[in-house]
Amino acid sequence: MSARPVDPALFHGSGDPPVLAGSRCADDGTVVFPAQASCPRCSARDVERVALPDRGVLWSWTVQHFRPRPPFRQDGEEFVPFAVGYVDLGDVVVEARLVLDPATDPDRLRIGMPMRLCVVPLWSEADGDVVGHAFAPDEAAA
Amino acid sequence: MTRAGSVAVVGAGIHAFGRFDGLSAMDQAEVAVRAALADAGVAWADVDLAVGGSNESGKPDTLVSRLGLTGVPFVTVRNGCATGGVALATAAQALRAGDAELALVVGFDKHGRGAFGSSPASYGLGDWYGEAGLMVTTQYFALKARRYLHEHGIGEEALARVAAKAFRNAASHPYAWRRKPLSEQEILAAAPVNPPLTQYMFCSPNEGAVALVLARGDRAADLCARPVTLASVALRSRRFGSFEVFSPWLTPRGRTSPSVDAAAAAFARAGVAPSDVAVAQLQDTDSGAEIIHLAETGLCADGEQDELLATGATEVGGRLPVNTDGGCLACGEPVGASGLRQVHEVVRQLQGRAPGAQVPGDPRVGFTHVYGAPGISACAVLTRE
Repeated sequence: MSARPVDPALFHGSGDPPVLAGSRCADDGTVVFPAQASCPRCSARDVERVALPDRGVLWSWTVQHFRPRPPFRQDGEEFVPFAVGYVDLGDVVVEARLVLDPATDPDRLRIGMPMRLCVVPLWSEADGDVVGHAFAPDEAAA
Repeated sequence: MTRAGSVAVVGAGIHAFGRFDGLSAMDQAEVAVRAALADAGVAWADVDLAVGGSNESGKPDTLVSRLGLTGVPFVTVRNGCATGGVALATAAQALRAGDAELALVVGFDKHGRGAFGSSPASYGLGDWYGEAGLMVTTQYFALKARRYLHEHGIGEEALARVAAKAFRNAASHPYAWRRKPLSEQEILAAAPVNPPLTQYMFCSPNEGAVALVLARGDRAADLCARPVTLASVALRSRRFGSFEVFSPWLTPRGRTSPSVDAAAAAFARAGVAPSDVAVAQLQDTDSGAEIIHLAETGLCADGEQDELLATGATEVGGRLPVNTDGGCLACGEPVGASGLRQVHEVVRQLQGRAPGAQVPGDPRVGFTHVYGAPGISACAVLTRE
């Protein structure tokens, strides 16, 4: 893809279409994101890298109304607010940017609404956008 | 009477919280220490253990150059928002163990304006987390508050009630910072920071200092006309299932908190029940935090907060006064001093000489709670016989 992931370790495979990479503990089944080399629940090191589901439901959300301090990056002088939230994927709840239809506003977000994985451009560089993982309302499932 | 083997607060001193151009954090700490020593009627040379905490405003143990080079063992602690509670616990342990007889605890900080910035690497996270705009403490408080209100059927007006109470309590408190009362409507209509939280529902980092003099129980009565017993202090870090700041993921099953564990341990060790508490100071980094911590510490059931707030139960004159000095919301949060401010306020309430509004009815049991990143809590039970 012309876009470059902000960190390739967040994604499973090529990144197009985006699939999140987590890890699952072989001992107790705990799933975490991003993938890590040990289980934070039982401290076992027998963990496997797994692809996370690309659909889930909104667990909580807010809107960032002020410019975060560095290393936050966004193009332009004027800060553009963005939504963030947690999405419940079944075995793990993942924090992510939320992408809203430009015609809608955050007041349409509801805890429990279906969400689908996508990417969001974070900033642009000469060779293309740098993107992060995000979720958008899943209109097809709504 | 205070018992041998117990620990008592025999002196307390504070430098007001706010912003003070031209005064360093150490200047403010010295004011607080000298006030605490005077309150206890002891000299710095009598102190045989000191514990100090500051998040970013210098090394507490260098205060000896101002107070006197007595050779006293001086421990420095740094545990984020829980620093004050950890300093208190450290001194209490040494007194109970018999390693010291008279301890000074001091906390101070002088922060710049605006929310704290944090480095992803220092929290074990990749740069992506900060670059994507997720490394923001205020987001966490908003996300946790929205989920909690949703799960327990609490309306967003409860968030405004908490903030309005804070500013109301601060209005008559000489050491508080934001002393202008605000209506619930003004608070709800203020600039959004991270919805559902507006600018007046967040505390701000600022400046201040607090010091306490602690003594073993067998000496307390000689030093103080109205000693307050530190019945217990308990410190806990997070267990699996807690929801903490800077979490790229959560487990969908179960929910716990270091505040739950620290409060339960503090109540058990003190031998008192949450229902015995006559005045409580809870970590209110934001309005939602006070609501959540009321339940996490066992002072009420999940979902009961709506009614407590609507009926005024947590006001100074209510059955469970909470954050009688305005809490972090109105006092601001100089991180190293904040937990000790809570103890200062509870001690004065139990002594019947509150600097601001006094809790009526001769309160005998007080409770303090701090909570901080990356998932740490310290709770204390204070009693007067």
